[in-house]
Amino acid sequence: MRYLTDRKRAEGKGPAHHGTETHKHMTLTATGLAFLMPVFLYIFGHALGQDHAGVVATFSRPIPAIVTGLVFFIAMRHFPHGAGSVLTDYAKGRARRYLTIFVVSLSYLITATVLFALVRIAN
Amino acid sequence: MADSNRVDRPLSPHLTTYRIIFRPQITSFSSIMIRVTGIGMMFGVLLAVWWLLAAALGPEAFATADAVATSWFGDLVFTLSLLAVWYHYLGGLRHLLWDTGRGLELRTVELLGWGCIIGSVVLTILTLIVI
Repeated sequence: MRYLTDRKRAEGKGPAHHGTETHKHMTLTATGLAFLMPVFLYIFGHALGQDHAGVVATFSRPIPAIVTGLVFFIAMRHFPHGAGSVLTDYAKGRARRYLTIFVVSLSYLITATVLFALVRIAN
Repeated sequence: MADSNRVDRPLSPHLTTYRIIFRPQITSFSSIMIRVTGIGMMFGVLLAVWWLLAAALGPEAFATADAVATSWFGDLVFTLSLLAVWYHYLGGLRHLLWDTGRGLELRTVELLGWGCIIGSVVLTILTLIVI
């Protein structure tokens, strides 16, 4: 027996007004990362431990640079939603709001930093 | 009447309830670990981003970041992050499988949970051998 009123039960796109968009977004980014991550791990693993010239040479080549850019760009769109669901579960009120802002800001900061580094190396 | 309903209820997914009432379960453990690994791998991300930015800025900046990234501390952070990446990877594939409506029987879920744990360790060792 479910004690739910018609109003509380999902109508249309539900009380949040964006339906399953978040879930679809997570599925999409997860699928992209599933293909990209093994390639990135190989590139990064090989570059780590090389001298400065070797690292610059690696990330100035098109495929390592594009894969690295894509991995961080997509991962930093995936991360704030995942961390967001944790915050929704474990943080309340003001703490949740500030932590959400922190997580979203950190994601944007990491994306911008990686893209800047890749552009600088490619130059 | 209304006041009697104001109880300080546990937050979902009820960590305290799980610990007190139930014995440790692979189902809840494998789910919680997705969250732990997702947030935990950010330490590896931050170190990797610092290292990449330093490489872009020049040899002097790179020398500092590379010294940390290739020290025992860097090895520890990157190895644990690698384990976290593979666990999160397999756990994510498990979610994509569940989204299709398959693999939702309790026995399958438990087996997939162990698969995530053992698989992530195996993939981490394989990756360390390959790179």
